[in-house]
Amino acid sequence: MLTFTIRRLILSIPTLLFISLVIFLLLQLAPGDPMAQVPLTVPPEVKERMREALGLGQPLHIQYWKWIVQFFWIEPQVLMDHWFGTTFAEGKQRVISWQTRSPVMDIVVQRIPQTLWVVGLSYVVGILIALPIGIYSAYKQYSVFDQSGTFITMIGFSIPPFFTGPLLIVIFSVQLGWLPSIYDTTHVVTDWASFKVQFMQMVMPVMVLALQTTAQISRYMRSSMLDNLGQDYVRTARAKGLREGVVVMQHVLRNSMIPVITVIALGVPSIFGGAIITENVFKVNGIGQLLLTALFANDIPMVMTLTFIFAILIVFFNLIADVLYGVLDPRIRYD
Amino acid sequence: MEIEAIAALQDKEPPKEPHSQWKDVWDQFRQHKGALFGGGFLIFITLAVILGPYIWQIDPQKLDIRNKDLRPIYVALWDGTARVGWGNPLGTDNLGRDILANLIAGGRASMAVGWAAMVLALLIGTSIGVIAGYFKKADFWLMRFTDLVLSLPILPLLLVAVTLFREPLRANFGPEGGMFILIVGVVGLTSWMQTARIVRGDILALKEREFILAARSIGTTSGKIIRRHLLPNVVSPIMVSATLGLATAIITESALSFLGVGFPSDFPTWGKLLADAVQRMEQYPERVVLPGILISLTVLGVNYLGDGLRDALDPRIRGR
Repeated sequence: MLTFTIRRLILSIPTLLFISLVIFLLLQLAPGDPMAQVPLTVPPEVKERMREALGLGQPLHIQYWKWIVQFFWIEPQVLMDHWFGTTFAEGKQRVISWQTRSPVMDIVVQRIPQTLWVVGLSYVVGILIALPIGIYSAYKQYSVFDQSGTFITMIGFSIPPFFTGPLLIVIFSVQLGWLPSIYDTTHVVTDWASFKVQFMQMVMPVMVLALQTTAQISRYMRSSMLDNLGQDYVRTARAKGLREGVVVMQHVLRNSMIPVITVIALGVPSIFGGAIITENVFKVNGIGQLLLTALFANDIPMVMTLTFIFAILIVFFNLIADVLYGVLDPRIRYD
Repeated sequence: MEIEAIAALQDKEPPKEPHSQWKDVWDQFRQHKGALFGGGFLIFITLAVILGPYIWQIDPQKLDIRNKDLRPIYVALWDGTARVGWGNPLGTDNLGRDILANLIAGGRASMAVGWAAMVLALLIGTSIGVIAGYFKKADFWLMRFTDLVLSLPILPLLLVAVTLFREPLRANFGPEGGMFILIVGVVGLTSWMQTARIVRGDILALKEREFILAARSIGTTSGKIIRRHLLPNVVSPIMVSATLGLATAIITESALSFLGVGFPSDFPTWGKLLADAVQRMEQYPERVVLPGILISLTVLGVNYLGDGLRDALDPRIRGR
């Protein structure tokens, strides 16, 4: 298992390099001049110097290599410095945003908590709703509960978040006035009352994202339970007189969770991608919103870094899913 | 000379008419109520957006500033003071453009993008899947490539590609044509991977069967084997992933329009109509709800259709 994990880890390095190259080339091919916003009165030679200061004008492979060094070598050093108070990264060039002229990673670190709160919580809530639904609808296959569950998950699949978001805002903020329509990220939780405000503003974004998660995972849970419920070991467990609760909740559930857990791990990066839309609807200033503003402002280093962070998430969680599958299922041996 | 059949072997009833595989598929498909409804709705909405402009002849771009901000006719049921008019049964927007005409025009664009992107993704996915499954030499690299593309962050890359390549394509093909090519291209290029994987798996299994061996033994060329023997046998997984691809393409196009990187503002699509209406959804909720419902119902219909097709085309499930 360890060798497999190490092999996968090593294999993920070329994958990530390839992805970074694709993103880099895509951004390089694109038209759009970062100097477009500079006033026309600035003389051309000054513009040229500004361009050089941004690291443009050099050959492509050098630009790419510099970005790789900055991202994989200097940024981890900055992190080390931050954690241990060392001075490895002092005076070294970091990835700089063209919009704010400050290091990209500093801004990303500021934005990540908002995204993590909304996205992470919605994923947990979605899973917590999905698992019981999946278990029960498999146990009572073709019952009214199962049929309506299928219908609701179909709807959850089909209604895009950019419709559920405004719909919920119209119903709960405009018509009923129960929940705020905008997520206030500056809000600080100090006591019970402010916690309540925080809770209220998180309800809608979390539910919008959770609906998608619930729809997917309850489907997987149901079909996985159905696969296992018909197996011989279930009949054996019942025949030796175990209670129904023990049979379903221990024997069947444990075996059914194996594929579901990998699906849960695989779904984490896609929920980050989906959060771009939800963050836009509820005005959460997380990394999705950061990516959008950076795109519109032609801030190439920021876009490059953010897209690459999304790619790292995908590769990393694919790896976790593979490893988990091997750890949980004794029938699978990678070596 | 007459041969007497052994009594036990004789048929007790007259032999049934032989029926084709597709009749079996249709019989199974009919059992699935949701799929019937979904397919019906998809046909209805496709016909509506194709024929709609000939029936409802108001130009979606026509400004009628005197009749701006009309509410839909049904609002009059509970709100007697609302401004409604039979001339615009679903109301008008803030520039007086008819919403029904805009919905039809938007549906045309959304469905066209959806179908075109789906066909593009299917073509790429099927060819890569077939080549990888049939030619052993290509298999390793093509599948590694598919894995790599699968680990690309799709939505961020779509956003990047659309924002950055908007201008040159607009300059070359006009604002609408360029955007259409761009969106169809990026959605198609980023959604072929599942099809490729499924097709490759099926081809790998089919390739080892006796009829392929027989075809090869009489000297059939690879191209002919693929066209005559392999492709017809992978039609069913391709059809199922086609429905999924259509649903994803419609949603992706609407999401891009919603985020403001889609079609230009005077060119309606469902996602664009929805996005434009969000700012004033307190006063005019119907402008958000109507396109939203259309997107959702279409995607729901397509998903149900795919569900039914999967059941009907799978010979193991069929007939149970």
